[in-house]
Amino acid sequence: MEPQFSDQPGGFVGKPLVRVEGREKVTGKAKYSAEFALPGLTYGVIATSPIAKGKIQSIDTTAAARELGVIAVLTHQNLPKLAKTPNDAAGKKDTGAPMGFLPLTGDEIFYAAQPVALVVADTLEHATHAATLVKVNYAPQKPIADFHDPKAELFDPEKVQDGKQKGHTKRGEPQAAFASSAIQLTATYTHPVYNHNPMEPGSTTAHWEAPDRLTVYESTQGVTRTQSSLAAMTGMPREQIRVITKYLGGGFGCKGAMWPHTILTVQAAKAVGRPVKLMLTRPQMFTSMGHREDQSQVMKLGASADGKITSLIHTKQSTTSPWDNYAEPNSKIVDLLYASPSFESSYELARANVMTSTFMRAPGEAPGSFAIECSMDDLAARLGVDPIEIRLRNYADHDYGTGQQWSSKSLKQCYARGAELFGWSKRNPKAGATRDGRYLVGMGMASASYPVHNSQGTARARLYADGHAVVQAGATDLGTGTYTVMTQVAADSLGLPIEKVRFELGDTQLPTAPNSGGSVAAGTVSSSVYLACQDVWQKLIKAAVIDKKSPLYRAKPEDVAVEKGRLFLKKDPKKGEPFGELMKRGEITDIEGMAQGKYGSGYEDAAAAKNADATEKDQAGHHSMHSFGAHFCEVRVDMDLGTIRVSKWVSVIGAGRILNAQTARSQIIGGAIFGIGSALMEETIRDPHYSRYTNADLAGYHVPVNADIPNMTVEFVEEHDPYINAMGVKGIGEIAMVGVAAAVANAVFHATGKRLRDLPLTPDKVMMAGLPS
Amino acid sequence: MNNFSYTQAASTKEAATAAQGDKNAAFISGGTSLIDLMKSNIEQHSLLVDLNKLSLLGIENAATGLRIGALERMSDVGENPQVVQNYPVISQALLASASPQLRNMASMGGNLLQRTRCGYFRDTAFPCNKRVPGSGCPAQDGDNRTLAILGGSESCIATHASDLCVALVALDTKLTIENAKGQSRSVLLSDFYKLPGKTPHLENQLQPGDIITAINVPAAAHARKSHYLKVRDRASYAYALVSAAVGLDVQGGTIRSARVALGGVGTVPWRVPAVEKALVGKAPTEENFRAAAALAVRDAAPKEHNKFKVELAQRTIVRALLEVMA
Ligand SMILES: Cc1cc2nc3c(=O)[nH]c(=O)nc-3n(C[C@H](O)[C@H](O)[C@H](O)COP(=O)(O)OP(=O)(O)OC[C@H]3O[C@@H](n4cnc5c(N)ncnc54)[C@H](O)[C@@H]3O)c2cc1C
Ligand code: SF4
Repeated sequence: MEPQFSDQPGGFVGKPLVRVEGREKVTGKAKYSAEFALPGLTYGVIATSPIAKGKIQSIDTTAAARELGVIAVLTHQNLPKLAKTPNDAAGKKDTGAPMGFLPLTGDEIFYAAQPVALVVADTLEHATHAATLVKVNYAPQKPIADFHDPKAELFDPEKVQDGKQKGHTKRGEPQAAFASSAIQLTATYTHPVYNHNPMEPGSTTAHWEAPDRLTVYESTQGVTRTQSSLAAMTGMPREQIRVITKYLGGGFGCKGAMWPHTILTVQAAKAVGRPVKLMLTRPQMFTSMGHREDQSQVMKLGASADGKITSLIHTKQSTTSPWDNYAEPNSKIVDLLYASPSFESSYELARANVMTSTFMRAPGEAPGSFAIECSMDDLAARLGVDPIEIRLRNYADHDYGTGQQWSSKSLKQCYARGAELFGWSKRNPKAGATRDGRYLVGMGMASASYPVHNSQGTARARLYADGHAVVQAGATDLGTGTYTVMTQVAADSLGLPIEKVRFELGDTQLPTAPNSGGSVAAGTVSSSVYLACQDVWQKLIKAAVIDKKSPLYRAKPEDVAVEKGRLFLKKDPKKGEPFGELMKRGEITDIEGMAQGKYGSGYEDAAAAKNADATEKDQAGHHSMHSFGAHFCEVRVDMDLGTIRVSKWVSVIGAGRILNAQTARSQIIGGAIFGIGSALMEETIRDPHYSRYTNADLAGYHVPVNADIPNMTVEFVEEHDPYINAMGVKGIGEIAMVGVAAAVANAVFHATGKRLRDLPLTPDKVMMAGLPS
Repeated sequence: MNNFSYTQAASTKEAATAAQGDKNAAFISGGTSLIDLMKSNIEQHSLLVDLNKLSLLGIENAATGLRIGALERMSDVGENPQVVQNYPVISQALLASASPQLRNMASMGGNLLQRTRCGYFRDTAFPCNKRVPGSGCPAQDGDNRTLAILGGSESCIATHASDLCVALVALDTKLTIENAKGQSRSVLLSDFYKLPGKTPHLENQLQPGDIITAINVPAAAHARKSHYLKVRDRASYAYALVSAAVGLDVQGGTIRSARVALGGVGTVPWRVPAVEKALVGKAPTEENFRAAAALAVRDAAPKEHNKFKVELAQRTIVRALLEVMA
């Protein structure tokens, strides 16, 4: 196993350091992807289809082309051809595209707002206007809107999430166990389409610097993945394509892969021979970069009379696109959370005229936890047992799904500490019994968990003799603090003050880092940064032991240690020297270290992970690796009007080492707010006849505002997990939202005595549920 | 957005004349509604006549009533101490609208003329009788959760979105309107808006060139004891699912006069005289409020997704009345 980071006395790791790039951001100096002013820059705007299904009969671009400033009007008829498209199975695999269809490759319309033309002009205004003048004649057909549509046909996909997850899993004899259980709970949980809605919409600026050199400024969670997709689609070698993302205004999964607008912009730039910038509009964000699919889950929970789970059976129905079998893998968390001797899951999909859905913060874990955590609450209520107690009775002391031991798990501490911070003991065990004037007050909680996915990445550290360092990894900072935490890790690893370290990211010319998604970035990149710094020390130690003038001359390298930038003999710490002296004497201006950091199973057992099937990589190590946590929520429900306000929130999370107390807290409250939004108000509404969204903007799609959110309390349980990576970091981006919707719904149940399972819990549903008065 | 020309008028007459000369002209005040509509190609105007240089200002509180210039900003009126004290329902309706940034920009006149938030109206890809007469109304059997249960027709069930108007219509507000000829007329706000009928694109009584110059609210005891309650999908920055503007004059335990209007349920700001009548002469008790509120929705014609408004409208009235008595 690799070396492990240990806390430095007076070190920066873990401290609530303010963002190192904060000043640049608030003064407008930070350059987001759409802010690179290239010479000769032009603007691209996409014209989209009003209909959701049909055929383009003709396109008349004359009016648009005639408009002032218009340089080109590109359609499927005149766009430069690609080496590969994702339109067939092999192409989809090779291009890594999330959707098995690229618009502007033919005359068929499959979903509403599908791109049909791309106008390039000298200004954004000219392009925007001209795009409205593209006249398209359609032969419309009746679309299918979703899996509820009478014409929709449900099928068994066998694998979901693009073949990455098994559709069916079975352990033990769940059906028989359920049938013979003393307590049998069956409930259906539903939610609508959700959209990620990052603050920064997707954007691409494509610049062909030469016919064989392409630079793309992209709003993406992974420059390397975008580079791979572009290489496959353009047929160019990867090294001729550079992708840059210096700052990102959020992603939440929708920027995890390369969506059509990116390659269309690249093609447009080729066609016009000038750089083209394209930024999706807010309405286009609802139909360009995926969404969380609308879905219905049936959760069956069998338990013994004393509340011990005997059987869990989970089935999910959801809508997918005409080409792909995408469904979030909800069942994994259902299988994982509790000590159930039997388990079964299956998925059903129906094709409809929608684009392909995609990962959205805690894909699978978020909706799956809603189902299992509400069902656990039902079980507690049925038995008259405290919700925490019912979870403790079913506490999984190992992973029942894989049979593995946990690498670490602090869930019990999370329950206990959360309950204490929240004041859980004041909760009246009876539902619907706590009032404050015309408000029904309720307290609910839920467990959270998120896996440590297998991942790896590389970093480079260059230490200069004058005592500063530049550390690099082609990672992405989604806005969550990657710049800051990596600077902290590098500063501690090199024994330098924060100001002496610059961390660079977001460029394919830097060492390859994984996509920032699946909560892997913090753990993978920090480990590779730490190891790259160790590599620097190893090189310097080697330089010292052959330097006659060094006090360490002729020492064995393994006998030398480094602390705060000073190399010394382990046995005789007085013998040694600071790195600066060594370097200056040897005329070493700088020295570079490089290392690969591994995260998850690949760290614990690199060989096993390497040879594992894609769907089993996460389990290839010897331990089951997950972060755990608990959320506690208090709501006030207006008994007349049905409005719900969250009035108190506590999250306690055990996620390994916490790199920065402040950015970590921000992650957790951000994720919890994301979850509260999904629980109470977020919803993209698709018209059942037109299969087109009716609220595709931020006036119609409600995300929480400040007034919806109380002061939130966040704590982390200290964990030292030696199995997951060199830094012992588990990642917190997604666990923050897992279980949140359930905690809210459980609080609403406790407040009202009514169990609501159809998200979002808007006032109409609450009021119509018939509240006590 | 289409190309358009822009002119700034120095007087009401000049503005009215400029607008009258171009049938696709529009006035612009704060622009918070108009520019959105133009950007989404819902409205196409060839000329914008900017009213902001006109002196349609002033928040004058007299014994007879309140006069508000049409160009006063929502935030200034909402926070005006006289309005807060004597017309709380107006202040509350304003401050429950939009966001602080929008209220700082948006004018009172413009607020009265904002257009519906019906999702089909707001997206030109859909048919919509209000936007393109005769094209159809997909809301009838589509996404109608936020739409009207009162005053609708087969052609249109779009809700009037303004909060301010609900308060104003409750208080017998009159608008002062001037035209290109320099004539001024006074119109009762409750007569100003048109029900959709077969012509949902015709929304009010303005003629080309007509400018709203002032809003006049008569003083009354029920205006001083008034309240606005807005029920919405999130705590702030959302349109009303249902709202109620209420005012009561209670003397010696008896309601002498009452004003009740609803928002979010009608195709126009929805005054409910039957409820008011039922309240007058009664004691201000929850029971009486409930009985009266039931009359508000006698003619309700809900659709699949907005049935809840029939019940919610009544409860909102009752709660607003309880709160005004509190
Ligand atoms: C995101 C968002 C949320 C909102 N939320 C709410 C809400 O919760 N509640 C609410 O009530 N409103 C809400 N609004 C609407 C907002 O209050 C209106 O946009 C605003 O009041 C319009 O005023 P304005 O001065 O900007 O009008 P403009 O946009 O300038 O004009 C609107 C219309 O009125 C006409 N006009 C303007 N002044 C006059 C005049 N004096 N005489 C004749 N015609 C005139 C214009 O020609 C135009 O047709 C919201 C708006 C937005 C964008
Ligand atoms: S309700 Fe009115 S505004 Fe909405 S679609 Fe129908 S006609 Fe258009």
